[in-house]
Amino acid sequence: MKILTGNDLKTGAVTWWDGVQWSLHVEDAVDVGDHADTILVRELAARRVNAAYAIDAVKDESGVRPGHIKERIRALGPTVRPDLTLKPADPTAGDWVI
Amino acid sequence: MYKYDTYDQAMVDTRVEEFRDQVRRRLEGHITEDQFKPLRLMNGLYLQLHAYMLRVAIPYGTLSGAQMRMLGDIADKYDRGYGHFTTRQNIQYNWIKLEEAADILADLASVEMHAIQTSGNCIRNTSSDQYAGAAADEVVDPRPYAELIRQWSTFHPEFSFLPRKFKMAVIASDIDRAAIKLHDIGVQIVRNDAGEIGAAFYVGGGMGRTPMIAPCINPFVPIDQFITYAEACLRVYNRHGRRDNKYKARIKILVHELGKEEYTRQVEAEFAHLLTQNIEPPLAELERIKAMFADPAFEAGLSDELDRSDPDFALWVDNNCVAHKQPGYIAATISLKPVGGIPGDATGEQMRLMADLAARYSFDELRVTHAQNIVLPHVKKADLYALWQALDANGLGTANLDLVGDIIACPGLDYCSLANARSIPVAQKISQRLSAKSQEIGELKLKISGCINACGHHHAGHIGILGVDRKGVENYQLLLGGSEAADTSLGTITGPGFDEDGIVDAVEKATQVYLANRSDNERFLDTYRRIGMAPFKEALYG
Amino acid sequence: MAEVQFRFRDDEPVADPGVTVDAFGEQTNAAAVRLEPGDDARDLIPHLDRLQLIEVNFPVFGDGRGYSAARILREAGYQGELRAVGDVLVDQLTFLRRCGFDVFAPEVPLDPVDAENAFSRYAEVYQPTTDGRAAIWSKRHG
Repeated sequence: MKILTGNDLKTGAVTWWDGVQWSLHVEDAVDVGDHADTILVRELAARRVNAAYAIDAVKDESGVRPGHIKERIRALGPTVRPDLTLKPADPTAGDWVI
Repeated sequence: MYKYDTYDQAMVDTRVEEFRDQVRRRLEGHITEDQFKPLRLMNGLYLQLHAYMLRVAIPYGTLSGAQMRMLGDIADKYDRGYGHFTTRQNIQYNWIKLEEAADILADLASVEMHAIQTSGNCIRNTSSDQYAGAAADEVVDPRPYAELIRQWSTFHPEFSFLPRKFKMAVIASDIDRAAIKLHDIGVQIVRNDAGEIGAAFYVGGGMGRTPMIAPCINPFVPIDQFITYAEACLRVYNRHGRRDNKYKARIKILVHELGKEEYTRQVEAEFAHLLTQNIEPPLAELERIKAMFADPAFEAGLSDELDRSDPDFALWVDNNCVAHKQPGYIAATISLKPVGGIPGDATGEQMRLMADLAARYSFDELRVTHAQNIVLPHVKKADLYALWQALDANGLGTANLDLVGDIIACPGLDYCSLANARSIPVAQKISQRLSAKSQEIGELKLKISGCINACGHHHAGHIGILGVDRKGVENYQLLLGGSEAADTSLGTITGPGFDEDGIVDAVEKATQVYLANRSDNERFLDTYRRIGMAPFKEALYG
Repeated sequence: MAEVQFRFRDDEPVADPGVTVDAFGEQTNAAAVRLEPGDDARDLIPHLDRLQLIEVNFPVFGDGRGYSAARILREAGYQGELRAVGDVLVDQLTFLRRCGFDVFAPEVPLDPVDAENAFSRYAEVYQPTTDGRAAIWSKRHG
């Protein structure tokens, strides 16, 4: 699947396109099929997101998994600071990025 | 320390409002991200993996207790309670909101700090020797010259859109603690046979994907012409540096392609012209700045005796402290490399503690080192034990300066949008694996970069590690034999790379080869230089 | 050709479009020339007395060679119009002005209020150039 990610313009937070708006959670990301460019142009112009781009991902039993480690780290947070990730209570969350 | 006058203060205050206005224009859609990006970068604001990152300048690595306290407060107020000290003596905050960036700059300006030109294709923050003003071996204190460069380079109208970034470093001793030959311009302040002060210019060094050691293009520029000479070096670069390929745009490529002689000839011609333009600040300005770097009120006649009866303290003194020019004093390094910790990170609380300790024990002065540690430069030996106890009680007493656990690491793929692999977890694992043997191994400078840009100085590590992306998987190359000291050399890649656990094993094996082969008091680097790569390769791949 | 949007000169604007540096070498009567980033401003120095307009083109704002070109021309004594054209943006104005540009013809017209703020924002400067503003150090030691 193709999903879209970027950063919130004002806060810089990592966001994912959920079909309607930008979510903080990669699990919400939807397959944009062939519409990546259309959505990106519109959303960037509206300044609802910054530096957004399309990536490959797969959907498995654990949810949406970006194809590259870089986006998996973006989705979770820094692996060396589990307390600052989106899953601070899960000590094994870092395993998901590798 | 340098104190702003009304001119300097107005400059940073105006900059805060200019940046606030630039952010407003971006948020309101008057400028595009393509137009805004170089503006925010010239104020140290990046968009990284998880958020905006703000890089704050710590000019020539010197700061006061009040400044360090403010850095800690900013970490708590605007970020997530910590900051990261970098190899260029700056501090980076990792979780900054664009809409709050100007407020942070205003807080910084209130303690005479800024983020001006900490990124972008302009002259960056000038770095220096962390022991400046304290070192027993310096000709003069290099910081007044660095401050002169700071002012000259701030909003330089001709050099704000250079082909690429431009980094300068200034030292004033033969022992190079600032890696000047790996900078775009390295300046060594020297005294000639006639007793006059001048500046030796090393131009065209750097790391990155094409590491180069800077040649000396002029061994003695009279000190009352040295800004003019720097201007000539920059003008030749701005006019003729490559702009067709960003990977070939640094001045090192220009110097290499023209050749040192031709580049020098062009600089000398431009210099002769610029001497007619009266752009050099008068010596009175240098004297004004120098007066602010006068020695603090050292007590005379102090004893150099130390009570070394506490073995942990004695170990810390031996590892982390260096001789001071003033009898009875010492310069003490606070390691930001606890075993298994994140190199260079400090919490807001730790920053405030270091600020308090500086006020109590070091004439209110601190330094940031390019090895991502903090120095209290002027500690009375009689106070040293009390200082160490306070540090040790707060996780800041690690005795590992220049040992295997004192690893330089860039933020890597945990934070950085340019990185190809994570650096910090590798540093943590090596530190955990080898710290117990660090005293036995002795001086070993280990440096890790998460991509070819080499922010972790891997080319210059006795052992260097470069993280690469191999088909989407993190992979680590090993380099041996680099140095950034006066004997600057570039490391050599051992061979095929390793995975994360494999690189930790490989580093351990390299230290075993060293221990098995070292003679007398050889450091790892000395043994490697003597026996060469072959025995290491054999152990790693044989 | 883009319109001149800001002019800090009192003389009559030159109407002729600038010719290329190559063409200028052959046209001994040309009074206006256009410098591209790769051109050497020093080639014009022997001819400054017959030049009334030098346009310096910035095809992209990030190419800063034009700043050096401008200073070199002013340092050589050029008194005529020095016009910045091309990708000239608000946040470059103060640097351009300091390097000796006195006329601005941005490809995309700038917000006049933003531009006015940019021209006047910094009351003092650290470096002397030929723009007549005294460096801070000279005020400190006046």
